[in-house]
Amino acid sequence: MNSTAPAIALPADWRDFLALTKPRVMSLVIFTGLCGMLAAPGHIHPVLGFTAILCIAIGAGGAAALNQWWESDLDAGMRRTADRPLPAGRMDRETARDFGVGLSAASVLVMGLAIGLLAGLILAISIVYYAVVYTIWLKPRTPQNIVIGGGAGAFPPMIGWIAVTGDITLMPVLLFAIIFIWTPPHFWALALFVQSDYAKVGIPMLPVVAGEKATRRQILLYSLALLPIAAAPWLVGGTGIVYGMAALALSGLFLGFALPVAFRTRTGEDDPMRPEKRLFGYSVLYLFALFAALVADRAIWGQEFVR
Amino acid sequence: MNKQFEPDEEYLRRQRTRNIVLALILAGFAILFFAITLVRIKEGG
Repeated sequence: MNSTAPAIALPADWRDFLALTKPRVMSLVIFTGLCGMLAAPGHIHPVLGFTAILCIAIGAGGAAALNQWWESDLDAGMRRTADRPLPAGRMDRETARDFGVGLSAASVLVMGLAIGLLAGLILAISIVYYAVVYTIWLKPRTPQNIVIGGGAGAFPPMIGWIAVTGDITLMPVLLFAIIFIWTPPHFWALALFVQSDYAKVGIPMLPVVAGEKATRRQILLYSLALLPIAAAPWLVGGTGIVYGMAALALSGLFLGFALPVAFRTRTGEDDPMRPEKRLFGYSVLYLFALFAALVADRAIWGQEFVR
Repeated sequence: MNKQFEPDEEYLRRQRTRNIVLALILAGFAILFFAITLVRIKEGG
């Protein structure tokens, strides 16, 4: 005879579902996707434009949920991620997986039907790239995980552009390249000051595997490469001088923040890592400002520069 | 004999909130699909 009530877990709170979509990352995805759309030549009906951005956001949320479903054990071992819904025990893994699959499938389906097959296809590729190629395959295997995985975050402006034009030209490829090259120094700056956490759970981040010195050198190399890549839309005649000057100034400043990171060594365990934190903070601001300049340039010059 | 599961106040509150959020999302999507259809008909696409 059993008189105890069956143990039934509380249903997850809606706030935990929201947290599963990584809203802060999503805000950057929405912004770059919107900028890609606004900078693209041509016109899209506001309802369709809103739908495309919504699909990009939902797709990113779905991929983020799948990332947390797969990495819940690793997240539990890191201070920065231990309070996420899965490691904190506020949601079971199957719920997170189903939520992620549902969001991903819905976003691709709506994008494909409402906007176009190419936009739907690129969105599907970006989700699979982040959830499978990066999260499951590369991240636990190679210290170059961030370099190749950075491609996942580089898709939104490309999808925004394709939603308007319906095809892939040089400009959306360059927008992709900017985020692709920006991602490694952005993440490695973070990895430098949360290094102990990644090491604890065995993620082969570059500072853990190759050491700090190599990481700092790589940060400098990517920051140097970012300058011509960011200016490329202007150099190939895809934008006007407003964007060109903004890209040179912002990228020059990026290099200015990267130099002190590249040429210093940690003073000890209690090093406050201020240059690394400054570079990380500026890198987020950089991307917002660069894409805002792209849209401002299009607003000023109209359809004069079309590539 | 098994004791019947009796949901407490917090369980019911969460379930209620979840249902409301889900209903709002579905209603939003229904409106969006309707708007997309209208736009597509207007654009002839």
